[in-house]
Amino acid sequence: MFFVIFLSTRGVFSGGSTLLGYIGIDTIIEQMRKKTMKTGFDFNIMVVGPSGLGKSTLVNTLFKSQVSRKSAGWARDEKIPKTVEIKSVSHVIEEGGVKMKLTIVDTPGFGDQINNDNCWEPISKYINEQFEKFLKEEVNITRKKRIPDTRVHCCLYFIPPTGHCLRQLDVEFMRRLSHSVNIIPVIAKSDTMTIEERQEFKQRVRKELENNGIEFYPQKEFDDDMEDKSDNDKIRETMPFAVVGSDKEHQVNGKRVLGRKTAWGIIEVENPNHCEFAQLRDFLIRSHLQDLKEVTHNIHYETYRAKRLNDNGGLHPISSNDTQESNL
Amino acid sequence: MDAIMLQEKLVERLLCPRVRTARQKEKQYVGFATLPNQVHRKSVKKGFDFTLMVAGESGMGKSTLVNSLFLTDLYKDRKLLNAEERINQTVEIIKHTVDIEEKGVKLKLTIVDTPGFGDAVNNNECWKPITDYIDQQFEQYFRDESGLNRKNIQDNRVHCCLYFIPPFGHGLRPVDVEFMKALHEKVNIIPLIAKADCLTPNEIKKLKDRVREEIDKFGIKVYQFPECDSDEDEEFKQLDKELKECTPFAVIGSNTVVEARGQRVRGRLYPWGIVEVENQSHCDFVKLRNMLIRSHMHDLKDVTCDVHYENYRAQCIQEMTSKLAQDNRMESPIPILPLSTPDVDTEKLIKMKDEELKRMQEMLNKMQQQMHDKDQ
Repeated sequence: MFFVIFLSTRGVFSGGSTLLGYIGIDTIIEQMRKKTMKTGFDFNIMVVGPSGLGKSTLVNTLFKSQVSRKSAGWARDEKIPKTVEIKSVSHVIEEGGVKMKLTIVDTPGFGDQINNDNCWEPISKYINEQFEKFLKEEVNITRKKRIPDTRVHCCLYFIPPTGHCLRQLDVEFMRRLSHSVNIIPVIAKSDTMTIEERQEFKQRVRKELENNGIEFYPQKEFDDDMEDKSDNDKIRETMPFAVVGSDKEHQVNGKRVLGRKTAWGIIEVENPNHCEFAQLRDFLIRSHLQDLKEVTHNIHYETYRAKRLNDNGGLHPISSNDTQESNL
Repeated sequence: MDAIMLQEKLVERLLCPRVRTARQKEKQYVGFATLPNQVHRKSVKKGFDFTLMVAGESGMGKSTLVNSLFLTDLYKDRKLLNAEERINQTVEIIKHTVDIEEKGVKLKLTIVDTPGFGDAVNNNECWKPITDYIDQQFEQYFRDESGLNRKNIQDNRVHCCLYFIPPFGHGLRPVDVEFMKALHEKVNIIPLIAKADCLTPNEIKKLKDRVREEIDKFGIKVYQFPECDSDEDEEFKQLDKELKECTPFAVIGSNTVVEARGQRVRGRLYPWGIVEVENQSHCDFVKLRNMLIRSHMHDLKDVTCDVHYENYRAQCIQEMTSKLAQDNRMESPIPILPLSTPDVDTEKLIKMKDEELKRMQEMLNKMQQQMHDKDQ
């Protein structure tokens, strides 16, 4: 885990006196950066939603590579599984010298059956299993230098663009899982709605989430300071992001852009007037990636750990058998 | 003298059968060719009725499509429920009736809406209220038909069910398959791909192929367009062929009017373009409207009467007679009831049992005889 330490530009001793020369403490940022680049880091993202909402396409578009499960050789037309399955695919992608081990956790079968009671349970179980794995490693006598982090850092929940409001299933899922994972609700295939319909839908969805006490990421209670709060407030006002995904390029005004070509026009994925994909990408990857990991580690994981320790009266470093895992 | 005249007339008639006087020509023309016109006039006076059911999940654009099809605003006062209010809601059946008149022809249109279908977390048997409703209408008609006063029978039977398939999936979902299988023998099902403006033309084609394949695979009997008569002209046949290859129709509806290409049309305004509902290259709305209203409305009613209703009626009567046979009651609720002939299998079974009984009786007799002989 890397905690980013921000030092003020003027070096100050705890006594309050200013420095009489340049020491070079601020180079620590550079050292950390170099180390990060060498070791790389992990990011685990889970996509949840009924089949056909464009989850795999969106993930491919976000990371500009074929990282989804569908592209990794799974048949596009495979049958809907009878129970929710958890399938994860990992890739190492590199940009600007920084390596990222990206794991996409897919959940085929969610919300696809006639009876979807408790279809969130396999997902909840998976998330807790990853926490448990990490906990066991941490509690070991001889610990690895860098514990492999398979915990789910972010869960993109795909809301179907009905234009009315949230479905019961959406509310149930988010209510149960918003305390163990960072949920980012996303309105899928939003090219179905006109701009006004989209705004109305988003307002209704936000209101319903509030009424049901569902805190999606970025959660209000974890805002560090006023600056964070104002940034996050702006983001919370535009969430859930209405996105469109595409992995095909088309020619628009002489440029090649990712988009969808229909008989009445081309929907540009990265055009902020068309959809909010660019905002989602910036939010997810360019500004809050590290924060997602931190919140997962400092808050969700700690909550799990505290509960486990309380329930079991302490954990032994020897790996316990599976029956000791409590249902959380 | 008379005999000679008669003979002449006879010869004339025999030798020249084709010669007819003008008066006789008039006698040949009976005049029943005007029958269709008479029927037409009577029907126009009586008016038509048509019951259309719309089924599908919430948010598929059903109300918008109905408004677009019939150019009305049936859902003015509708209040949409939020997720919490929907938790304990079961599937309801709501009827809206509207009288539409066009060029002197009156249509009493009933739209049967099914809010709540497929919206819950557990949707087991969510189609049951719908099948119950359809059966109820059949039963009501059956009673009316068998009753004493048959002058003013109200026909509330559902003539057609538009089923909205979401465009987001990769084909039919389990709930779609189960719903259509539960209803395909009770009502004419026309599957539609809803909100088709979120799909590119390629995606629409793939989805249509997939849906058609799955409909075949699962043995779902959707409404089939009747075959063209062989004496129709080529153009009509071509149109008919195109229509059949286009199913399931990918539709878009709209309640708003936008300005496109200098005209005011029903459509949807997006930042990247305008979708026109009545533009054939944008969606199949026009095909659906033509098929539903302009060419096949009557056929839909016929199939409902001749096939679905008759199936229901036959089933109903069979059930009643089997119940009668069980209860051994002489009176029947219906004045004229055809006695159901036992089918071939039951007859065979009865024969076999009879023969077995006979054999056993014979054996018994033989044994008795033997014992009698022994005693003696």
